[in-house]
Amino acid sequence: MKKILLFLAALGVIAATSPAVVADPASDLKNFREYFKKKFPSVPFDEYANGYYYLPGMESYREQWQLYNEFPPYELGLSVGKKIWETPFKNGKTFTSCFKNGGRKIAQYYPYWDEASQQVRTAEMDINACLKKNGEPEFTNLDKDQKTRVKLADVTAYFYSLSKGERVKIDISSPGAVKAYEAGKKFWWQRRGQLNFSCANCHMELAGKNLGGNQPLSAGLGHPVGWPAQRLAWARLETIDQRYATCNKNVRAKPFKHGSETYNDLQFYETFMSSGLPLTAPSMRN
Amino acid sequence: MATDKQTKIRTRIRNGVTDVLVLVDHPMETGLRTDKKTKKKIPPHFIQVMSFFLNGKEVATANLGTAVSKDPLIGIKLKNAKPGDKLKITWSDNKGESGTGETTIKAD
Repeated sequence: MKKILLFLAALGVIAATSPAVVADPASDLKNFREYFKKKFPSVPFDEYANGYYYLPGMESYREQWQLYNEFPPYELGLSVGKKIWETPFKNGKTFTSCFKNGGRKIAQYYPYWDEASQQVRTAEMDINACLKKNGEPEFTNLDKDQKTRVKLADVTAYFYSLSKGERVKIDISSPGAVKAYEAGKKFWWQRRGQLNFSCANCHMELAGKNLGGNQPLSAGLGHPVGWPAQRLAWARLETIDQRYATCNKNVRAKPFKHGSETYNDLQFYETFMSSGLPLTAPSMRN
Repeated sequence: MATDKQTKIRTRIRNGVTDVLVLVDHPMETGLRTDKKTKKKIPPHFIQVMSFFLNGKEVATANLGTAVSKDPLIGIKLKNAKPGDKLKITWSDNKGESGTGETTIKAD
């Protein structure tokens, strides 16, 4: 018994003293890109912004997608978002007063690490904060109230559409940002749910293949640049958090709350991993 | 009866033929679905007639039914349309709501 204890103690000492594997965000990003470059050598980097439609073997989906894009149904939701964005509040101000540059060409910096509140802030949070600041009712109860959530998705989609084509640039210089990044990274690689899948299982190893027959799996690279998006199955614009929640449900894990820190960190990680890709939101997705 | 439902139109000229696409945000309820909470049937609500007018003259009529999806996208092809022609689309549904959309055909 004493021997075992000694052995365990020795192990502990070794574990404690062995140098931690250093993986900084920059080298993570490089590895992440390299992984997909090796997996799909024929796919140009920028096409990852268009979801899985440009992956090899997805030609039939791509044809359908291109037809949809001639007159995409998300334009209805986008018009609703535009109207909300441009309608003045009771005090006469509009959403443009809360955002730098009137909200134009800034979405590529979202989500960002906020030093003051020590958290990752998403576009949805800033839109809600703007409503609060101007004494308007916020978008709340987003998990249960679909109508409100879709409205928020519409506004967010319009906000992102003002920055269409801008390349994602996430500032990760502060230690807090790195911490949030690590939390998101952990979520990405952690297995969960009854099916015991991690995000990486499906969206890296199985990317470009089908799950359960009819659900093609997208590549992890370029995930967040197309959101808020309209899925054919949903027929409405939806927020990225709703997609995360449904994705979690697909692997039979309990989803987190809409706008929870976990999802924000995940979005932060995913967006950083998509650095350099042009924003295509809003977009059509299967 | 006027409506707040949007009617969006897009046109495109290809090989002398004008493609007209109309997108309407409409629930297109069949009347067969049940509300999960109240357990009551959702009443039918769908577009019945959609008419296309070119320079004020009716050129096409579509009789739609419950088989058409939510937020329908309806397309027609016009032969004699020229850039600058005025296109007007009207629709009416079984609840008496109606909507219109207008556009001018542009050269591609």
